[in-house]
Amino acid sequence: MSPRVTTPQHDLLRGIWRENPVLVQLLGLCPALAVTNTVENSLAMGLATFFVLLGSSILVSAFKNLIPKQVRISAYILVIATFVTIADLVLNAVVPEIHKALGAFIALIVVNCMILGRQEAFASKNPVGRAILDAVGTGIGFIIALTMIGGFREVLGYGTFLGYPVMGASFEPWIIMILPAGGFFTMGFILLFFAWWEERKTERVQPRRWMHGVTSEVGGAD
Amino acid sequence: MTEQKLPMAESPQGGVGTAGPPVEVEASSFRLVGTLTVAGALAGLAIVLVFQWARPQIEAYQARVLAEAVTEVLGGAARYQTVFMDEDGVYKDQPVADTATIEERIYVGYDEAENPVGVAVVGAKAGFQDVIRLIFGYDPDAREVMGMKVLESRETPGLGDKIEKDSTFVNQFVRVATLIQAVKKGRERGLDEEVVMITGATISSKAVIEIINMRVEELEDPIGTYWNSMGASVAEQEETPPPTTVGGGAP
Repeated sequence: MSPRVTTPQHDLLRGIWRENPVLVQLLGLCPALAVTNTVENSLAMGLATFFVLLGSSILVSAFKNLIPKQVRISAYILVIATFVTIADLVLNAVVPEIHKALGAFIALIVVNCMILGRQEAFASKNPVGRAILDAVGTGIGFIIALTMIGGFREVLGYGTFLGYPVMGASFEPWIIMILPAGGFFTMGFILLFFAWWEERKTERVQPRRWMHGVTSEVGGAD
Repeated sequence: MTEQKLPMAESPQGGVGTAGPPVEVEASSFRLVGTLTVAGALAGLAIVLVFQWARPQIEAYQARVLAEAVTEVLGGAARYQTVFMDEDGVYKDQPVADTATIEERIYVGYDEAENPVGVAVVGAKAGFQDVIRLIFGYDPDAREVMGMKVLESRETPGLGDKIEKDSTFVNQFVRVATLIQAVKKGRERGLDEEVVMITGATISSKAVIEIINMRVEELEDPIGTYWNSMGASVAEQEETPPPTTVGGGAP
């Protein structure tokens, strides 16, 4: 199979929307469900993951010819783990309150399959410039997805957005939205909306399809 | 699991001059080990450098959080001094080793006039979801808890986390007699040692009360001994005129 030819613009935009890591590929679901109970936590997790993804992609792409094929996965994990440790220390030193709220999930960025996936599928096969574009796009897509989930959960679960009250004094918070179940509910509704949107778009192009199947693009989880 | 031979392992070394697609040369074991060793060393160096930069800030933050918590649970003490338990269970001003755990320390608070006001004690126990770690102030003279602050908890948001966010619950620990009795809402009898638990977070509330009772029972005697010795030394200082020369050395 010959590799698909893509433009730099496509490299950048692909991860943001069409192949969004969380909403379309269903990768990195562990942090997407676990730490998105507030917008602040979602942003912090998104930015930490963005930093790790960008740093790893640059290094993997730059040294791709020096890394023997047999040890490439070990080398990628080593690079990713180094950036995660750095992100963990920096967050602990600069924003200790957020570091405390994210807890073990920062360390778990190491096993976020979205990051390893981009190294194996893209950064190790493309020049540094394109690897950066791909990492930036995918990272922004991850931040958008997490912030979207975090926004819904914080507004309904606490009645606030980024800590500012938005629902009025009479609002009774839906506690379930900040519990793990709320993460699954929100994720489910967002995926449902995206599937419906996609189906509507397909119907417009190709009306009266006989059967609508589950979209084949969905991949796996953590 | 059967081992499958990679196609490149079957190809001749080098493959120079052969027709068809270029043949990949299998890297030697030395190169594989070398690559990972160099990468590991560089990764270690990067982490050490960042750690060196981050450590003072992390330690300063932890010290600040502890100082704020100690001051809060001791009713706004002006300063505090750390006291360490030795292997005989006796509190000393100096640590036996550098590795004194937080459980082996207590913090003696002093007011503006340098009078001891109470001691702050850290305790931990499993709550509903994870370990709850808290600090509380204890007045050995009155045998009362002076205040309580949760340092670490991962209790259910909206329910269990009320042990730190619900001011009605937290304020009950200001001047409550020991050992504390946990009572359900509506069953209060107006006793000095009563604390009303949070509805819907009984396990978390009970855990907080149990931590305090456990630590008070454990440390009541050693703290009392240290407290009395401190009171004696304060009284002695007041009776005798201050020495003109300051003598060095430990007792």
